[in-house]
Amino acid sequence: MARIDLDLAHAYRPNPQRDEDYALLPLKMTFRDGGAYALLGPSGCGKTTLLNIISGLVTPSQGTVSFDGADVTGKTPQQRNIAQVFQFPVIYDTMTVAENLAFPLRNRGVAPDRIRQRVGKIAEMLEMSGQLDRRASGLAADAKQKISLGRGLVREDVSAVLFDEPLTVIDPHLKWQLRRKLKQIHHELKLTLVYVTHDQVEALTFAEEVVVMTRGRAVQVGSADALFERPAHTFVGHFIGSPGMNFLPARWANGLEVAGRPLAGPAPAALSAAGEFKLGVRPEYVTIASPDAPGALPAVVSMVQDVGTYWLVTAKAGDAVLRARLAPDADPPKVGDTTWLGVLGTHTCFYNRNEELIA
Amino acid sequence: MQLTLENLGKQVGPTPYLYPMNLSLVPRAVTVLLGATQAGKTTLMRLMAGLDKPSEGTVRVDGVDVTGVPVRQRNVAMVYQQFINYPSMTVFDNIASPLKLRGEGGIETRVRSLAERLHIEPFLQRLPSELSGGQQQRVALARALAKNAPLMLLDEPLVNLDYKLREGLREELTHLFAAGDSTVVYATTEPTEALLLGGYTAVLDAGELLQYGPTAEVFHRPKSIRVARAFSDPPMNLVPARADDRGVTLPSGAVAPVPGLTASDVTVGLRASALRVAERPGDLALRGKVELAEISGSDTFVHVDTAEGELVAQLTGVHRFELGEGITLYVNPAQVYVFDPAGALLRAPAARSA
Amino acid sequence: MKPVNQKAWLLVLPVVLCVAFSAVLPLMTVVNYSVQDIISPERRVFVGTEWFAAVMRDEELHGALLRQIGFSLAVLAVEIPLGIALALSMPATGWRSSAVLVIIAISLLIPWNVVGTIWQIYGRTDIGLMGAALAKLGIDYNYTGSATDAWLTVLVMDVWHWTPLVALLCFAGLQAIPDAYYQAARIDGASKFAVFRFIQLPKLRGVLMIAVLLRFMDSFMIYTEPFVLTGGGPGNATTFLSQYLTQKAVGQFDLGPAAAFSLIYFLIILLLCFILYNWMQRVGTSSDAEVSHG
Repeated sequence: MARIDLDLAHAYRPNPQRDEDYALLPLKMTFRDGGAYALLGPSGCGKTTLLNIISGLVTPSQGTVSFDGADVTGKTPQQRNIAQVFQFPVIYDTMTVAENLAFPLRNRGVAPDRIRQRVGKIAEMLEMSGQLDRRASGLAADAKQKISLGRGLVREDVSAVLFDEPLTVIDPHLKWQLRRKLKQIHHELKLTLVYVTHDQVEALTFAEEVVVMTRGRAVQVGSADALFERPAHTFVGHFIGSPGMNFLPARWANGLEVAGRPLAGPAPAALSAAGEFKLGVRPEYVTIASPDAPGALPAVVSMVQDVGTYWLVTAKAGDAVLRARLAPDADPPKVGDTTWLGVLGTHTCFYNRNEELIA
Repeated sequence: MQLTLENLGKQVGPTPYLYPMNLSLVPRAVTVLLGATQAGKTTLMRLMAGLDKPSEGTVRVDGVDVTGVPVRQRNVAMVYQQFINYPSMTVFDNIASPLKLRGEGGIETRVRSLAERLHIEPFLQRLPSELSGGQQQRVALARALAKNAPLMLLDEPLVNLDYKLREGLREELTHLFAAGDSTVVYATTEPTEALLLGGYTAVLDAGELLQYGPTAEVFHRPKSIRVARAFSDPPMNLVPARADDRGVTLPSGAVAPVPGLTASDVTVGLRASALRVAERPGDLALRGKVELAEISGSDTFVHVDTAEGELVAQLTGVHRFELGEGITLYVNPAQVYVFDPAGALLRAPAARSA
Repeated sequence: MKPVNQKAWLLVLPVVLCVAFSAVLPLMTVVNYSVQDIISPERRVFVGTEWFAAVMRDEELHGALLRQIGFSLAVLAVEIPLGIALALSMPATGWRSSAVLVIIAISLLIPWNVVGTIWQIYGRTDIGLMGAALAKLGIDYNYTGSATDAWLTVLVMDVWHWTPLVALLCFAGLQAIPDAYYQAARIDGASKFAVFRFIQLPKLRGVLMIAVLLRFMDSFMIYTEPFVLTGGGPGNATTFLSQYLTQKAVGQFDLGPAAAFSLIYFLIILLLCFILYNWMQRVGTSSDAEVSHG
């Protein structure tokens, strides 16, 4: 269990001049001891590079990595005492489950009965006690990932467990169980966990704090509801939430004007100086309003989908696409209808031309 | 084209990959093959395409028996999950290849219009290896659309893409499918994807076809517990209960009035989204302790330990719970599913349609 | 109704004729000879399975068979571990990798009789590098006189000639192991030997099966190299099966027994091939199939 401090950048070549030369733009981050963190972003954003820098598989081109205040930048993963779970299960085919779990301890010369005790405890935590004597190669993908995870947990002095998109090959209904297992383990062992994923549901359910990254930059760090309610950047608004935030073009012309229409209702004073900006509102907060209600826009419904647990209504307000999520027992409008959708409320955010949050 | 499978089965050595099934695809619509990995989706698609021969049964196209007719003569387009493109040809040539093979004219305009629809026009002169995953898959899709085959098969085409990319491309696909008039078969493991694609869904489990019908109907009225399990995300809560002429009695003692049942042991299904923390008149109350709360932004998933066993509730919005906190979940008794001892559906809540 | 295109058969016809001429007809001839006693080109007597029985009882044949089996096993025992070791020490990337691959492959490209000639001269104590060096060191080395020396020389020659094949196969097999395995092993604190034993060797299983199959079959049929090097001598110390067969057929013109033995030889190899292949298949299905994602 360790506190990890990062103050680094990572560039592709020795003399980086522009942003594109960097795999990771200069960042400063702290992962506190025992916290669960997620690095969330699309492919190529640098999250795996950052994870590999934390684990020691990659050395940053500039800057330092510290564990509990001690500089470990030059140290190997073994010396840093981290554990890593990869995208596809990495197990030793010729060994049984018990032997797989015991492997890291045997390599460190731990006494055999201590090994057995430790393996037993971890196997119980992972609900694999009944499979200890089976050959690891014959098991299903989720069991193999549990073994990979177990190999990391079995070491008592592990400083942090790092996950690189570990649920990629797992079926959706097994993902649920594994996610729950991860949270339970975090709760019991209080380890520092860092989890890389491009799936925002995974990131938000797993982590206490999420680092949203794009193109080598950490755009926002925060808890699930902070990222959801007040995204600091349009990228965060778009990336988090399924579907992501709706963005409507807006400007101030003697009052708020959105998608070409004046919109009545409370608007933050800062907007009057903002020029051209965007209104951001999540589909979960778009409401069906009565015609001409304050804060509502007319929109023509183009698609209505029954997604089982909610209705997804897609509509066009002028040129802009607007999506709304309605509860399953609501009465959805019909395709082709013009409905009034309420977009202005306490959850609405505004973004300037640099994609940053104004209010 | 009307694709019908009669008693189609596939056995490899002693193992049955597909049990004999009857399936008649609705022409010109999207059919989703939903099932876990190894459920038989790819095997079934290969039989539909003509890449494999079935061990028993027939495949009919517009009434004509085409079992055993090799795929080259079947006029089928297929898109795989591994972004398959001709690596040595440019994007333009890739998309044009089915048109060239058929000796059709007007290639340039057709290719350009398809590239525009799939947003890959700036890349027409590049090689597939120079493009990102999402772009490569769009090239594969454009090539499949260029063929304009009456049957289009897509085997989990979005599974290797990022979450957000998948969302965007899925929506584009919905529009593309609606605009064309091919019969589309789309395999996936994710129930949400099936719901978003709409159309019809065929649920496969361990080589068996369990149910086929309009997607919303299969979701709201699963024929059996197996279908309910396969087509639920989050998983449906299944609770053993006792039925009699009053209704069903849950382990905690709560009774849901369900008419027309006979005395037997049944299984009650409760969808995670049907469970609430806000009470409404007429609700059943299920008391328990919070085991785990997962916040996913728009929803909170609460795992509760109750007398009925472990239940998962999906609550809208962000709710904070302490571990071990007492909690009561409420459910409208009309939202209850009842399955008989054999697993078949006895009663499902009335669903609203768009 | 399934349309059938008959024209495709015409395209196959030339190949069929070639194969018939060069393989099927000679094989039928051999079968024909194996059941006849050819006393002279004009006089032939049908003798049924007599030759087969005689061949099975032939003492010299038993000797050649034992020598052959010993040779093949020795070849495997040396070439497989040596090939693996070579593959492990070859650089994996960069220009050095290509250079090493080319250098290793050279011995595979040399015509087999030239290989025999090279070693024949190499081993001579008067003008051969190796022979002269061994003589200078005081070692009594004479591959034409001593049976042990002849065996060793033939073995070393085969190892020099064919180990690169095993090495190349293993090299390709090693390249196929995803990096994550090595990373996980580093993190688990595994020693280099543990990495070899638990990751590399299991993952090379398929490739090694191919290597074993190829080397066993080839060494079982070996003819040119030992023939050129030792002529089968001294005496019959290095006379392996194929050479014995040729002596019988061409040397003594005992076509009947030679033909019978050819067929038996063919069946032995076929049987061993079949067993090894089935074993390979069973091992192949029980090993991991990695799901390729992302």
